[in-house]
Amino acid sequence: MALPTLTERPKRILTVRAKPTAGRLARYYPYFLIAPAAILTIVFLVYPVGSVFYFSLQHSNVTQPWKDGFAGLDNFIALGSDPLFWRSLSFTAQWVVVEVGLQFVFGLALALLINKTFIGRGIARALVFSPWAVSGILTTTIWILIYNPSTGIGRYLADIGIGEYGTSFLAGDTTFWAVVLAELWKGIPFFAILILADLQSVSLELYESANVDGAGKIRQFTSITWPHIRQAVIIATLLRAVWEFNNVDLLYTLTGGGPASATTTLPLYVAQTAIHDRDFGYGSALTVVAFVILTFFSLIYLRVTKTKGDDK
Amino acid sequence: MTALLTPPSTTTPARRHTPPPVRPVSAEKKRARRIDRVLTYVPVGLFLIFTMVPFYWMLLFAFRPTGSTSLVPWPITFDHFITVWNGSGFGIYFQNSLFVAIMSLVVSTLIALLGGYALARFPFKGKALFLVAMLCTQFVPGAMMLIPLFEIFNTLGLTNSLWSLIISDTVFHLPLSLILMAGFIRNVPMELEEAAWVDGCTRIQAFRLVILPLLKPGIVAVGSFAFISAWNNFLFAIMFLSSQDRFTVPVGLSYLLGEFGTDFGALAAGGVIAIVPVVVLFAYVQKFLVQGLSAGAVKG
Repeated sequence: MALPTLTERPKRILTVRAKPTAGRLARYYPYFLIAPAAILTIVFLVYPVGSVFYFSLQHSNVTQPWKDGFAGLDNFIALGSDPLFWRSLSFTAQWVVVEVGLQFVFGLALALLINKTFIGRGIARALVFSPWAVSGILTTTIWILIYNPSTGIGRYLADIGIGEYGTSFLAGDTTFWAVVLAELWKGIPFFAILILADLQSVSLELYESANVDGAGKIRQFTSITWPHIRQAVIIATLLRAVWEFNNVDLLYTLTGGGPASATTTLPLYVAQTAIHDRDFGYGSALTVVAFVILTFFSLIYLRVTKTKGDDK
Repeated sequence: MTALLTPPSTTTPARRHTPPPVRPVSAEKKRARRIDRVLTYVPVGLFLIFTMVPFYWMLLFAFRPTGSTSLVPWPITFDHFITVWNGSGFGIYFQNSLFVAIMSLVVSTLIALLGGYALARFPFKGKALFLVAMLCTQFVPGAMMLIPLFEIFNTLGLTNSLWSLIISDTVFHLPLSLILMAGFIRNVPMELEEAAWVDGCTRIQAFRLVILPLLKPGIVAVGSFAFISAWNNFLFAIMFLSSQDRFTVPVGLSYLLGEFGTDFGALAAGGVIAIVPVVVLFAYVQKFLVQGLSAGAVKG
């Protein structure tokens, strides 16, 4: 609070008007202010999540209504012997590890590069970051145009003698890496943005004095840059992991989870069970498992990466 | 947090500490600088190619005549745009998308302003809980919400209504908007507000007259992110909308992906239509993006 001096204490500072938080209702102000956000979240997020937990304990299948009713842990027991569940789970792990790993390497490199001072940096930044704003379905559209066998990039590569005509990158062994590349196109800028914000707050003076002391570039990175951005990198990798885990749009539209369920992630399997098979009970059980996995993963990740000396 | 209050400046006072360039630059140093420049431009160039070629590919397909295999869109044609805009209904989809995105922007920004102010300026019981709950919502898979949300909107009579999209987009985007907005408000010095109170403003007046003008970049940033995320939403749109006159652009695109099969020209034109508003907006808010994240999201 601005302190009034003793010599000229203005009268109005003592009035209620000058202390807007006074009054009986004042202590409820913050609750009024967060009420709209809280109510929306409770009705359209907390309640639905709760109902998913409820449905996971029910038999609820539109195609088999005669079976509806309390199921106990039946749905979860059924999970154990469902090969598609285990396959989607292992693919999800593979997908998240590969995507986040590559986004970390290239995203960090991109952030470090684009943080340097060079001519045209502003434009380079805007262009390089632009895929961030592109939706999953649009990413699919763009990469379908690139990968399609008749007029895609394969044709032009074949023209100059690389590969064969009519190769489809979205079939066979190349599928996984083709999808990974498409997602990287969007994910690397995303990761870089999260890191760049923190890089910019490193005081340049630190580098100047390191220079004077004769520290090389690598030493500067390990001693100044990395400790400073470490926390942001941890958060960024966690966020990216959660988002890639939950990513449905791209895989759903680019491969549809195929060929032969080879690229079906757990959330994609949930969507298929719920929408195609109309089995809400089983779909909900799958979702609960996904939710629990994500929560545990996040807690463990934050615990493991937390070290002494995180003074930021 | 404190380090962030000073925006990344281009004029670095630190330059003072460098030894004055009286010594002649040795040939060795010159070469080191040249190597450094190459090591910057070459990888940046490679990243640019990786980012830009896919965009160019889409533009190429959208503007060149069917059957052409030229790598430049010449002779240029707008046939594909006419096809999708009129024939495939992208004219209507575009309007629907615009309505959904603008309403999500307005609703989520207003709610974020209120909540963000509470988070930034009041200590209150349950604040930590509220923040943790908001963060937890980020772990909820969108696919998980499909069934229960569908049933809620069914009860409310909102299925096949654009409002079902506006509500679900807003809810999912709200945590980010709130946290960003709280960060921006926290960056407005408290003293300014207090000075206004001393001068006789009420809290609301002080907010409107002092904080709001200073918050403009923050509002633009938060609003734009809400717009972009609503504009891009696909999963909810394809689930909640059933009649073609309600489709949004992403839904239209997904049907083009299926329907046309081989009409890549039309598909590319649809993609260009989908991308234009987002790219225009992104170019404008790009610099706030980094600022905003450093102010709020990453560091809390």
